[in-house]
Amino acid sequence: MSTYQEFIQQNEDRDGIRFSWNVWPSSRLEATRMVVPLGAVFTPLKDRPDLPPIPYDPVLCTRTTCRAILNPFCQIDYRAKMWTCNFCYQRNPFPPQYAAISEQHQPAEIIPQFSTLEYTITRATCHPPIFLLVVDTCFPEDEDLQGLKESLQMSLSLLPPNALIGLITYGKMVQVHELGSEGVSKSYVFRGTKELTSKQIQEMLGIGRGAPAQPQQQQRGGAPTNQQQLQLPSNRFLQPVHKCDMNLTDLLGELQRDPWPVAQGKRPQRSVGAALSIAVGLLECTFPNTGARIMLFMGGPCTQGPGMVVDDELKHPIRSHHDIEKDNCKYMKKAMKHYESLANRAASNGHIIDIYACALDQTGLHEMKFCPKYTGGHMVMGDSFNTSLFKQTFQRVFSHDSKGEFKMAFGATLEIKTSRELKVSGAIGPCVSLGVKGPAVSDTEIGLGGTCQWKMCGLYPTTSLAVCFEVVNQHNAPIPQGGRGYIQFITQYQHSSGERRVRVTTVARSWADASANIQHISAGFDQEASAVMMGRIAVYRAETDDGPDVLRWLDRMLIRLCQKFGDYNKDDPNSFRYSENFSLYPQFMFHLRRSQFLQVFNNSPDETSYYRHMLNIEDLTQSLIMIQPILYSYSFHGPPEPVLLDSSSLQGDKILLMDTFFHILIYHGETIAQWKAQGYQDMPEYANLKQLLQAPLDDAQEILQTRFPMPRYIITEAGASQARFLLSKVNPSQTHNNMYSFGGQINVGGDSYGSEPADGSVPVLTDDVSLQVFMDHLKKLAVSSSS
Amino acid sequence: MPPSSMGGGMPPSSMGGGMPPSSMGGGMPPSSMGGGMPPSSMGGGMPPSMGGGMPPMGGGMPPTSMGGGMPPSMGEGMSPSSMGAGMPPSPMGGPMPPGPVASGPRPMYPQQPGYGGPTPPTSQNQPYSGTPQGNQFGAPPGMVPPPGQSMHPPAPNSAPPRPGFPPAPAPGQLPPQPGQFPGSAPYGQPQPPPMGYGAPPGPPAQPAPMPPPQQKRLDPDQMPSPIQVIEDDKRTRSGVFQTNARGSVPPLVTTNFTTQDQGNANPRFMRSTMYNVPCTADMLKSSHIPFALSLCPFAELGPQEQPPPLVDLGELGPVRCKRCKAYMNPFMQFIDGGRRFQCVFCGAATDVPNEYFAHLDHTGRRVDTFNRAELCLGSFEFVATKDYCKNGVPPKEPAFIFMIDVSYNSVKSGLVQLICDKLKSEILINLPKETGASESEIRVGFVTYHKELHFYNVKGSLAQPQMMVVSDLEDMFVPLVDGFLVKLSESEAVIDSLLSQIPQMFSESKETELVLGPVIQAGLDALQSAERAGRLYIFHTGLPTAEAPGKMKNRDDRKLLGTDKEKTILSPQTSFYTKLGTECVAAGCSVELFLFPNQYIDVATMSDVCRVTAGNIFKYSYFQADLDGERFIEDLKMTVMRSQAFDAILRVRTSTGIRPVDFYGNFYMANTTDVEMAAIDADSCVSLEIKHDDKLSESDGAFIQVAVLYTSVSGQRRLRCHNLSLNCCAQMADLFRSCELDVLVNFFAKQAIRTSLNANPKQVREHIMNETAQILACYRKNCANPSSPGQLVLPECMKLLPLYANCIIKNDSISGGSEISTDDRSYLMHLVNSMDPRTTNVFFYPSLLPFHNLDMESSDVPAAIRCSSERLEDNGIYLLENGLSMFLWIGHNVKPEMIQDIFAVQSAAQVDIDKVQVLQLDNPVSRRLCDLIAKLRERRSRYLKLTIVRQRDKLEPWFNHFLVEDKGMGSGSSYVDFLCHIHKEIRNILS
Repeated sequence: MSTYQEFIQQNEDRDGIRFSWNVWPSSRLEATRMVVPLGAVFTPLKDRPDLPPIPYDPVLCTRTTCRAILNPFCQIDYRAKMWTCNFCYQRNPFPPQYAAISEQHQPAEIIPQFSTLEYTITRATCHPPIFLLVVDTCFPEDEDLQGLKESLQMSLSLLPPNALIGLITYGKMVQVHELGSEGVSKSYVFRGTKELTSKQIQEMLGIGRGAPAQPQQQQRGGAPTNQQQLQLPSNRFLQPVHKCDMNLTDLLGELQRDPWPVAQGKRPQRSVGAALSIAVGLLECTFPNTGARIMLFMGGPCTQGPGMVVDDELKHPIRSHHDIEKDNCKYMKKAMKHYESLANRAASNGHIIDIYACALDQTGLHEMKFCPKYTGGHMVMGDSFNTSLFKQTFQRVFSHDSKGEFKMAFGATLEIKTSRELKVSGAIGPCVSLGVKGPAVSDTEIGLGGTCQWKMCGLYPTTSLAVCFEVVNQHNAPIPQGGRGYIQFITQYQHSSGERRVRVTTVARSWADASANIQHISAGFDQEASAVMMGRIAVYRAETDDGPDVLRWLDRMLIRLCQKFGDYNKDDPNSFRYSENFSLYPQFMFHLRRSQFLQVFNNSPDETSYYRHMLNIEDLTQSLIMIQPILYSYSFHGPPEPVLLDSSSLQGDKILLMDTFFHILIYHGETIAQWKAQGYQDMPEYANLKQLLQAPLDDAQEILQTRFPMPRYIITEAGASQARFLLSKVNPSQTHNNMYSFGGQINVGGDSYGSEPADGSVPVLTDDVSLQVFMDHLKKLAVSSSS
Repeated sequence: MPPSSMGGGMPPSSMGGGMPPSSMGGGMPPSSMGGGMPPSSMGGGMPPSMGGGMPPMGGGMPPTSMGGGMPPSMGEGMSPSSMGAGMPPSPMGGPMPPGPVASGPRPMYPQQPGYGGPTPPTSQNQPYSGTPQGNQFGAPPGMVPPPGQSMHPPAPNSAPPRPGFPPAPAPGQLPPQPGQFPGSAPYGQPQPPPMGYGAPPGPPAQPAPMPPPQQKRLDPDQMPSPIQVIEDDKRTRSGVFQTNARGSVPPLVTTNFTTQDQGNANPRFMRSTMYNVPCTADMLKSSHIPFALSLCPFAELGPQEQPPPLVDLGELGPVRCKRCKAYMNPFMQFIDGGRRFQCVFCGAATDVPNEYFAHLDHTGRRVDTFNRAELCLGSFEFVATKDYCKNGVPPKEPAFIFMIDVSYNSVKSGLVQLICDKLKSEILINLPKETGASESEIRVGFVTYHKELHFYNVKGSLAQPQMMVVSDLEDMFVPLVDGFLVKLSESEAVIDSLLSQIPQMFSESKETELVLGPVIQAGLDALQSAERAGRLYIFHTGLPTAEAPGKMKNRDDRKLLGTDKEKTILSPQTSFYTKLGTECVAAGCSVELFLFPNQYIDVATMSDVCRVTAGNIFKYSYFQADLDGERFIEDLKMTVMRSQAFDAILRVRTSTGIRPVDFYGNFYMANTTDVEMAAIDADSCVSLEIKHDDKLSESDGAFIQVAVLYTSVSGQRRLRCHNLSLNCCAQMADLFRSCELDVLVNFFAKQAIRTSLNANPKQVREHIMNETAQILACYRKNCANPSSPGQLVLPECMKLLPLYANCIIKNDSISGGSEISTDDRSYLMHLVNSMDPRTTNVFFYPSLLPFHNLDMESSDVPAAIRCSSERLEDNGIYLLENGLSMFLWIGHNVKPEMIQDIFAVQSAAQVDIDKVQVLQLDNPVSRRLCDLIAKLRERRSRYLKLTIVRQRDKLEPWFNHFLVEDKGMGSGSSYVDFLCHIHKEIRNILS
């Protein structure tokens, strides 16, 4: 058998799933003693270009309480043309069209390699995607608006011609533009200070009234011939791109900065909350349950009306973490309530809300985070719309896959089915609970629990959910040797082509009796998956409970894990060891504790929300980078190599490339910087320096090409102010406190952390504990008999 | 005619002397006047009835009739014919012995040429002067002998020697001063001995002998004739009127005169009911004449008259009294060698600012008096400083917002198309501008609406206008700040494009639900946020029933009109529009409503916003663009282009001892002194009543200063001052000699409008009758004692009071019953509330012009004839107009040639009376008619709607409704009857 590592990798590639434990403890009691819960990081739409097209409906188990989908783990009785459901053991006949089935002639869904398979539902109607642009017009400078306008105009060419598009602009007022009108351009205007119900919006826009049945009828395929689509009132605001792109281009071109005067010492009156509520209301009554994307662009905080984040007095700064702690933010709770309810409405209608916020100050993402979070929307934070960071990010929203299709899906529902020994505790990710109770729903909730179905309005190939399970099998009902547990993930979604698709992933893992075979279980530990899952759980707790407790909880969990799986003599810290597949876990936890996800110091509430949001949606690899950034070192001594994220890696004659997911940073050591300043790289005899300087740039470009959102790209050098981004991330093995006294080599859990005090490495000015100190304490506590 | 009707004493008596029998209305029996007018002069100051030779009544008249009150039946003598069929006996019972009406001392007029003989046409003379019945003539006690001539030499040319001059030398009682009695006014002749006062000498009031008691029909010709009065005044007082003298009574509103401002305001700006104010409250009270002013601060001036000059005192700003804050004016007295001035209103002495100092000459006048308008003119303007501006910030240029209903009805009637076609070409290019300016500074904005509102961005830099729809009716607002209100010259192309697109955009409009409240709120909000004053021109077609603020329900019930419950439908159904109006006023936003209803639209409710904001209402029922378009466009053009003022505050200051107590008109008052008008135009008229709170002195006189702080069409803050000085008197006779009946009528009408919302119609009528009777009784008691109690003696300047009072009472605006619609009633009430005296004059007593007998080559406006069906001849064509509508009445015997000339058809029957246009044909008659109609329209600020009425056709009853001397359709009494009734009342009071 191959190594667990390979097994894990293979599973991830095939099914987009990684479990924290790959061998499952067979009893409830033991499962709870595993410390890290049984769970998985699951990427429902993992890019699988190799999947065969399955243009028919899946076969369901006939038991009404089960309805699991035929999968490779089912037992097939070829003679009787029956199959046995591996979840409920129901014997089901194959439908007539499977009459030709035989051992030599198998449909894809029962071939083992297709544990993940995607069906295309042909009966369902196709809806072109809908894009509703909600555009801020309050900008202090024309350039910002100009940049935004250009991006938006550019995006029109990236949309499929049949996609519907709509435009809402806002400033002091909110304008819903009617598209496709000749001559006079027409827009409906709403007061930005007013909270409107969906019904009011509907009435005021004159929509909804004779158009109740339209969602079914709005599609491109001419199949269902219905009366003139033009008559449908919603069409005035949402038009196919090919019909209105000229019109819209002009409209965007003529867009002016909000003309309402902004007095000295005031913020512009910006009605983000009202605009968003109108956008949600508009889609809600015209295209419920149809894939649609509300793209909100904001150049500053909402300063009036519903969802107001801060008032318009510049002398009142926008809330900080400190204010939140002190409960000193006048508008926060109300605004959160507003946005959360909008997010829920949008989510229940299957609509996505993206937020593109570009401003130097905070814009209220903290209050608005629910919108992208509940609907799977993008959250993009930048300094200005006129930067390449925004422009490229935005362009990437519309990027295509190898088949030329959008890398986005709409209106997905994820359903999880488990074999009877397991139940679902909950999911954490960009989704909302659908509140569907079922036999597989656990009473213990972790994240969004109490349901076996979740809605994910926006879904991308990297979108991942952390899902936790509870083993419910009792200790006294042992599972026979070789028994396996099954989990089926059924993801129904609207493909960007408009098709309705169902992706089914069925996984199986072995059970093991923890009391007897603990080593099997511990060998199946996936520390990366566990770290990401714990990270999500920690952030989820941090958002719902309060922060400091989370850190303590994380510590406790780590200590208990060490106690359980470490190898040590009681009360002898130096004897502590654990196996290789646990070795990085403490380090992940160390960086997670220090990360911006759990530490708010030096971050604004908006930034915190932004970072957490990204951690909440990205796949495992990216999440790990966020938790523990990657550091590469470039030098004349050899090829680039990954180095420890440690202050000792900062060497004068090296160039470092750090990827934190949010930042790509190139750091020139002191010597390199000096050489560069003196222009050696331009001299023919020092071409090697030029190459050295170029190498990290090329690598950085490669990362930048694929990353969404575009990371902040920083090139800096020793001693420069921007180097702080690096210094804040590295393990402070050398600080001003210990740089002269600390040295030598320490072994921690079998891993070696080196530190060469000489060598021009840079001390970090911090009082944070270093990884070494952290580990020392951990070992001490883990081996302590009193804890 | 039942002979019975006439009292014995009646008619004959009525006439003044001089009336040749023939003169009387056609049928009048000679009985009527004797040849000569009875002398007007009554006994004591009263000139007894007029002219000298009152002939005793027609033969048949027994003298008795008068006195006793019982008119013997005159009847017999009466030729039946004389009685109009319609002449009912006056309501008064037989017993009423009203005296004959005495009119001014009209001496006999020479007859008008046209009329046959010597007898003046009825209209001319005041017939009634006649004494009452025969006896009167005889020697009424105290009567001056007829031969009144004595006093004044007969008027010159204009009047041939009148025989019946007022007996100047009145018997003792009357102060001989001829001058005093204004009555003479008609003559225009300078009275020889002008009195000390500047007042034009008037002949004394006329006592009018009362015409007979009702019984018999009075000969209408014998009753005071407005035509006569008007024509006399025209003859005598046309030309220049100088305002140098205190208390001088101006010519009548109907007279065409040119004012030379020499210290008092032009009467077009300000008129008073009295120019000789009683010194004490008691005296004023017992006279029952209200001391009222009619102010039209921005009245249109005559062609020769200079607008008030603009005085710019720079930083200093207007010079004011430190105590009462009155503005500098010609009456202020400079003292201390010019270092201080004493206020003519409150008496306080104020230091003259250094910059303003000037030395005094030997007469105590400043040497620069004639260099400074505020020291020598009655009307002038100051440039206001920042202190006079809202929040201390100079105002911006005003704005006009055109708000067009684009609902189904509006589109279908052609209204939308019409407005859009004409708005640019005829309206916008005529936006008012400052004299001498090359273009108007007014900003314009456009809104269309039905159940939602559409605002248009017409910024000049746009290629296409942008439309912004607001359907949040609960909470209306204006969605754009920049590009909504633009200068025409900067956005011409975009506006053109917009106006050409609006009709297309809404050509398919199916919307029938309308809003109005949010429309006004939107306009208000637009002006507020642009920080401009201005006007909203709203073109609206129906009852706003859509769910929105200001929603109304149809509550029409015209059966209530005329009943005690009428006030419920004449009052607003919601206070929304009133409140909204007050918000508008605060922002300087005036609302002009152009209504095009096809059914009940509840003018009563929506007019309130216009009332409060001093806006006008125009109503075009059953509008069809092809028929009514011209009228509407002309009206719109007029209201847009004429000079106007915005965001105005009017304040009246008076001499100590009197003060304004009550204001009437369309405006808003937040306190008791400041009249706030969001806009003022030439038609805006404010009436106010002044009362004493102390005594006045004869020597000092009484002063009135009207100051209007406003924003000009170019956005400059200014202050317009009108000053008027009045005499004071301690004698009733003086008072009665210088009263202005037109102002009084105007005031009574407005009072009645107000009362009708609080009291029942009967109370309204009785109040007017009672006041009329009280005034006349007071005169009778104080100034005409000597005459017999049964004689009706009328002061010269008020001899038409009974007629006009009756006209007010009968007028649709006051007592319109179920024969008119509720909306029309409310509409008229709104109009009357802000009418100026000139308009009320013709509104209550329409002008009826004969056309058929004119000289077709001339271009004069002919003299009117009395409004009575008896004056219409079967073969005649007449034009009647009352300031709002015009009728062309065609007798059934009109010569076919004339019909051919005018209508290009063979006979009147072929005339299409639904087509309101009169053809312009190439012949003298048609040209003359068109020209005349055009002239009449030109005189009025509203384009007169022309209706063609054929005699005995279905429309004739409606036409007859305007013949106000006749008995009305409903309860209205005829002039004769009313006069008799008043006479009875007077007698009751006196007895």
